[in-house]
Amino acid sequence: MRTSECDMVIAGVGGQGVILISDVIGRAAVMAGKPVCGAETHGMAQRGGSVINHTRIGCRFSPMVALGGADVLVALEPGEALRFAHFLSPAGVALVNTRPVLPSTVTCGIADYPPLPEILAPLKAQCSKVLAMDATALAEKAGTAQAMNVVMLGALARYIPLSEELIVQALSLVVPPRFLEVNKKAFALGKAEVE
Amino acid sequence: MFVREYLLGNAAIARGLLEAGVGLVAGYPGTPSSEIIETLVDLNSERSLHVEWSVNEKVALEVAAGASWTGSRAAVTMKHVGLNVAADAFMTLAYLGVGAGLVVICADDPYCHSSQNEQDSRRYAQFAGIPCLDPKNPGEAKEMAAFAFELSEKFNIPVMLRPTTRVSHARANVEIGPDEAHRRQGKFIKNPARRVALPTHARPLHSELLAKQAAMEEALESAPWNRLALRGKVGIIASGIAGLYAEEVIFELDEDISFLCIGAYPLPKRLISRMLSHVSRVLVIEELEPVVEEQVQILARIANPNVEILGKEGFIPREGELDYFLVRNAIARMLGKAERQALQNPAVSILPPRPPSLCAGCSHRATYYAMRKVFGKKAIYPSDIGCYTMAVNMGTVDTCLCMGASITLASGIRFGGETEGICCSLGDSTFLHGGMTGLLNAAYNKARITVTILDNSTTAMTGHQPNPGTGMTATGEATVQVSIEALARALGAGMVETVDPYHMDETIESFQRAKEYPGLSVIIARQPCVIKARRSGARRKPFQVSEDCIGCKICLDFGCPAIEFERDMARINALCTGCGVCAAICPSSAIQEVAR
Repeated sequence: MRTSECDMVIAGVGGQGVILISDVIGRAAVMAGKPVCGAETHGMAQRGGSVINHTRIGCRFSPMVALGGADVLVALEPGEALRFAHFLSPAGVALVNTRPVLPSTVTCGIADYPPLPEILAPLKAQCSKVLAMDATALAEKAGTAQAMNVVMLGALARYIPLSEELIVQALSLVVPPRFLEVNKKAFALGKAEVE
Repeated sequence: MFVREYLLGNAAIARGLLEAGVGLVAGYPGTPSSEIIETLVDLNSERSLHVEWSVNEKVALEVAAGASWTGSRAAVTMKHVGLNVAADAFMTLAYLGVGAGLVVICADDPYCHSSQNEQDSRRYAQFAGIPCLDPKNPGEAKEMAAFAFELSEKFNIPVMLRPTTRVSHARANVEIGPDEAHRRQGKFIKNPARRVALPTHARPLHSELLAKQAAMEEALESAPWNRLALRGKVGIIASGIAGLYAEEVIFELDEDISFLCIGAYPLPKRLISRMLSHVSRVLVIEELEPVVEEQVQILARIANPNVEILGKEGFIPREGELDYFLVRNAIARMLGKAERQALQNPAVSILPPRPPSLCAGCSHRATYYAMRKVFGKKAIYPSDIGCYTMAVNMGTVDTCLCMGASITLASGIRFGGETEGICCSLGDSTFLHGGMTGLLNAAYNKARITVTILDNSTTAMTGHQPNPGTGMTATGEATVQVSIEALARALGAGMVETVDPYHMDETIESFQRAKEYPGLSVIIARQPCVIKARRSGARRKPFQVSEDCIGCKICLDFGCPAIEFERDMARINALCTGCGVCAAICPSSAIQEVAR
């Protein structure tokens, strides 16, 4: 028996804007009158480390998505998509930004970053569909690379049980007014990428 | 008017405090508790409550107790290990009692997401004889924060609210209502028998504390957070967030299981006994310590000696945090059903590790580089609690115990017979929190050590809260800016020097003098946190690598995330903040400021 309408895991690197995505989704769900909960990473792990956020729409239980239970995995960085791939349900969808952020272990030369196909292949084996896009490039097209997370939010919008109107309305509550137009453009580009 | 908002657990707690008319909130930052006070600061502009970042948790609790004794509802916030610092006040406040309600919010961190241990604060509440409310989600945390004041006033005792990381840092749709008037009565009523813990007063107060336990238990038995649903002959008792995991599993498995959810301590003995009389087998599910399980064992002797009690022994781990998967398998095992195999993700092994690290341009890295260069490999480097603990790979973090312990451990290492150089380090906020007494002790007892205060002028790790060295209060008001140099001298340090760690030569020379100094030396390495500097608009020109690079990798070993290595040459990426330290350590002078 399903215990949630839609379970998602949002992964990335500290500073990429993982929490903003979950905040927008959560606010939109509240507007839609649906129970919603989530769990996020603060503190030490945020300093350039891996960050994972759980968000559950239509759920009255714990804020944590079960392993193998995520309907959607949104990854703002390809390596982080693979790191949390075991959260995906076999029927789940992975939305992946293909632009790597090299960890200090790679820049210092003590580890290697695998080529993108080697990351995406095992990811494909974990779920039903992988949608990979250069969200950073799309965000640059919209006006600023910082809006990469909102590009991914636009892509995510198609896979969650919330209307686009509500998500954009929630987005306008979260981003500063002077960046709203750029973010709306980023959202539209992300959405178009998965249509 | 009530509205629903998507709130962080800590923000929900802050709302609960406001809706209960809190008059004063004090705390010391610590993950996962910090956002309670930050939320109150954000919401306080049109309100009149007193909100402060205190110097440490003991101070915060005592300030809150004073306000409570003066008729203001008061709350104090801290992380679990902060209660160790505040324990002296905490234990005796249970005897002396409160004026207006006093709530101790102590956020636990099972799995040590951002902590040095995972102690279970429910034990502290039990130890002190103080009621403890253990929320399972943000909504419940908010209701409990408000209820805690009533409970505190009814029984004349501080009350603990104990969220865990997965409650404090969860978000959920929470109903919020209007504020109560902020209760600040402003009258301290003298009453030595209840405010002066002389032995003659303490003895009867201890008897009183013990006597009120039964009444508190009775009052909490019917608290809405203790819920019993008797169904089949197999039962589950779960506390806090474990209750949510258990409910989800019971719903998913659709099994006929009796369920008791516990959210308040002292434990509801009657509900537990009813459960035990009804079932033949019961599984107790709780994070960390077997607080509930031990009581269940005791109550079963009378209620139902034949009941089979399952829990920490082989079913529920006593360390780390629980999750749906662990709880599901424990329940399945109890029911004799198939357990799920842990999902494997073998491909993860191809990924490079991504540990948290010091930021590009962080001055701590520069200070540690200079320290290590002067004191060498054999020296002993006691360190402390803060961002700089992440520099453990630089070889300058040999110990990390608790707030302020760097200086005292360094002293003990010296007195224990160590003859190598000893150079310890701690941040400005940590020094002001728990390092000052250690420095005084080192001076008084003639410890020949060097103390390095990594002064980035903020409490960085927990989210950049101000401290007495910053000249600003929690609410952004200007206040006295305490001089760390003057403090160090007043506490008895013989040599005190201040350096800018971005100036490598100057920093190395200063460490050299400290190393040779025949007494207690203090180096204050001052440079604002790069994150904070960037937010306040400070910009420096970035650096770049020229053709003169010989590929020696000395800059790479420095470990700044802005330095990469590509085709036998160093390369500086977009993370560069322009600190210039790599240029200073490059032996080929191949790193220069980008010309504009």
